Parts: sequence; C-alpha cells; structure tokens
Amino acid sequence: KPLQHDKNAAFAPDEALTPYQDVSDYCNFYELGTGKGDPAKHAHWLRSDPWSVTIEGEVAKPGTLSLEALLKPHPLEERIYRLRCVEAWSMVVPWLGFPLADLLKRFEPTSRAKYVAFETLYDPTTLKGQKHDIIHWPYAEGLRMDEAMNPLSLMAVGLYGHALPNQNGAPLRLVVPWKYGFKSIKSIVTIRLTEEQPPTAWNRHAPQEYGFYANVNPDVDHPRWSQAKERRIGEFFKRKTLPFNGYGDYVAGLYQGMDLSVHF
Amino acid sequence: MSWKRARLLLMALSLVPLLWYGQQLLDNRLGANPIEAVIRASGRWSLYLLLATLAVTPLLRLFHLKPLGSFRRPLGVACFGYGLLHLLLYVGVDQFFDGAAIWKDILKRPFITMGVATLLLMLPLALTSNNAMVRQLGGRRWKRLHRLIYLIAPMALLHLYWLTKADYRFAYQMTVLVALLLGYRVLHLARGHFVGNQGGKSVT
Repeated sequence: KPLQHDKNAAFAPDEALTPYQDVSDYCNFYELGTGKGDPAKHAHWLRSDPWSVTIEGEVAKPGTLSLEALLKPHPLEERIYRLRCVEAWSMVVPWLGFPLADLLKRFEPTSRAKYVAFETLYDPTTLKGQKHDIIHWPYAEGLRMDEAMNPLSLMAVGLYGHALPNQNGAPLRLVVPWKYGFKSIKSIVTIRLTEEQPPTAWNRHAPQEYGFYANVNPDVDHPRWSQAKERRIGEFFKRKTLPFNGYGDYVAGLYQGMDLSVHF
Repeated sequence: MSWKRARLLLMALSLVPLLWYGQQLLDNRLGANPIEAVIRASGRWSLYLLLATLAVTPLLRLFHLKPLGSFRRPLGVACFGYGLLHLLLYVGVDQFFDGAAIWKDILKRPFITMGVATLLLMLPLALTSNNAMVRQLGGRRWKRLHRLIYLIAPMALLHLYWLTKADYRFAYQMTVLVALLLGYRVLHLARGHFVGNQGGKSVT
C-alpha cells in the first residue's frame, strides 16, 4: 500500500538503486526460513496487521501503542541508504521512515538510559523458523544511546514508496546504514531503554564473529571471510568496502578513541 | 537396456545439473546473487556425487548387481568435475584470480583450507580413473589409493560445517548419509573378520 512521504535530499546519493525485486527476494530473516529466498516465499507467515509496539525500560512515559498511534506524529521521508550485509554483499534501498531519535524523545528517556534494545516478534506457531533453535529467539538487537540518537538511525515503515513487504521486516524495522545489516532489526515489537548493554542475537550466537557494534569496517575481517570488498547486488565485479559504509562523516565521531578492531 | 548404455546415460545425467544451472544463469533466474548461487550449487552437487559414488558398493552388494560397479568411475569423475568447477568459480568470479587474496583465504580461513585440501586429495583419484592407470598401478595399489575417498568424505563435511553460519541442518543430513555409507564399510569389514575366510577382502 503506497505511503504518503516527501524525499530527504540529504540521503539521495546518485547510486543505482537495487531493483525492488532483488530487495524483496534476497533477504536474511531466519524467522521465515534461513535461505535467502525463504523470507519472500514464507512472507505470509508474518501477520503484520494489527501490530503494536511496547516502549519500556528507562523512559519517563513507557507504553504499548498500536502501530498507527506510534507513527501518527511522524511525517515520513524517503531516504536512499546503502545497506551492507556482514556476508559481504550490499544493496542501495530507498527506505521510507522517520528518525529514531524523534520516536525516542517522545517517550522521554531517563538519565539512566544508556542503550536502546529492540526485539522482533516471537510467535513460533506462525513464524515457523522460530521452531528451530538456529539463533536465540526472539531476535534482539541494540544500539548505544548516541548511535540511536544519530540522525542516520531510521525507523523504517516502507521502501520504494510502499509499506514494507513482510520479508523486509514489516511493519516496522530499524535501518542503521553504517552498520552490518544484521543490526537493522526487523518486525519490531519491543523497544527497551536500558542501562546495560543489551545482548544481541548474532553476538550471542558467535561472539567472535558478530560484535555488538558491527560497524562496516574493511580493515577488520570476519574470521571466515574478508570484509575488504563487497558484491553490490546486480554487479559482477566486487567493490571496495568503505569504512562505515561511506557514512563516516556522520558517525565516525561516535567512535573517537575506540579501537574498532576490538569493538568490532 | 544394457549396463553399458545405462552407464552412458549416467554420464549424461551427471551433466544435467551443469546444464540446468547454466540455463538458469543465462535466463537470470538464479536470484539476486547468481554468482553465490552457482558457487554453492557446484559444491552441493560435488557432495551429492561423492555420496552416490560411495553408495555404489552397498547397492551392488544388497541387490547382487555386480555390473553396478561400473558406475563408480563416472560418478567419481563427475564428483571431481563439480568440485573443480566449484573451486574455479571461487577463484575466478569470487576472487577474480587475485592470488594474494586467495592465498590469504587459504591460510586464514579454515573452511577454504579444508575445501582446497579436499579437492587436492581428489586429484590423484581423478587422474588415475582410467584403465591405463589401473594397469600401471596394479589393482592392489590402485585400490589402496582410491580408499582415500574415506578421508575425502569427512573432509568435505568439515568444509561444509566450517562454512555454515548458523543453520546446520543440511550439514547434519549430509553427515548422517556419510556415516551410513562409511558405517557400511566398517560393518562389512568387521563381519568379514569374524565370519572366517572372507576376512580382509578389500572393501571399496
């Protein structure tokens, strides 16, 4: 269903967009199956309407809202971001959404709020992938507060001018383009402000392979493959991977003085 | 149909995956990442053919079909063929013949080290898969060389395990099949020793 939006010129790079067909057919969404094509095939497993989101933890005004109530005060904008998967492929996607910072401010994080944790829907009867203990369920991710408040961090509700397809994380997902794709959690039902760094799905599964920060970094290899290059979907030759996926100007400052080979 | 014709049919059939994936590639029907798809498919088919090669002996014994033994060579060679294609695709269209990157992968990435080692171990078997070599080596030595397949199979499984990120179900399934096929040999060998005169008969 088409969504009313305007375009954010700041995020409209002159890079070729990845065709909608590939964006919606080539996904990692283990709740809907672990093959790249499974999420599209099993998209009907996910009932994204009705949907509600619970905001809890270190906030002055916690609550559970319907999706509509959550979205109402936020005008939507289109942002064309690069998305770089930890598996060394990448896409360019025109997302529709609004700044995560605006959403968080509404619920007034307390002074103790140091991290934002997200959780995906947990419903193994319908999301059959959750019947297999492949990674920890429900899928969880998290951001440090300053990362969450960064203008790049996006709450996405659509792509290519329409509501998110189920396989891409309907109806609400996170998009943090300077981090590996697994940080951009799909189908969010819980947003929790915490004092401690929250556990995250892939880091729990293989701590020496997937970090909490997971910033795109060509200089720090994954133990099993290099991260120096990526295959942009649709291209034959590989491209050099850019630090922070090319968003260093916006986010490099967040990591001043941090050794990113340790905090990978 | 004669066994000879069945064997030719088998050779033709072993090319079907290659033709099918080639066709799909040309029609751009292998999804958003076709290169990844063909690298994975060639590896998978090499493994399936490895299992098929190992399945010949148990089948010919179970159904008393001695001529089935002639299927071993085409299956084994096809297994090597798809394995070689798998490597060439990695070298050519994943690493674009970047020697330094490939060498670094071989040294640093356990699953690539194991994959290359597995294929290297297959090489002598493929090179001796012709009658001239059988005569040159002599039956006994040739058989002993080809027992390397009992090392190749577990190594291929390790390659599969170490490249798997989280969903090990396919790796488990392949492990069960390899265990059954190798278990058959162990069982057969053990029974051979205890049942008296057949003891020590070579098992391939």
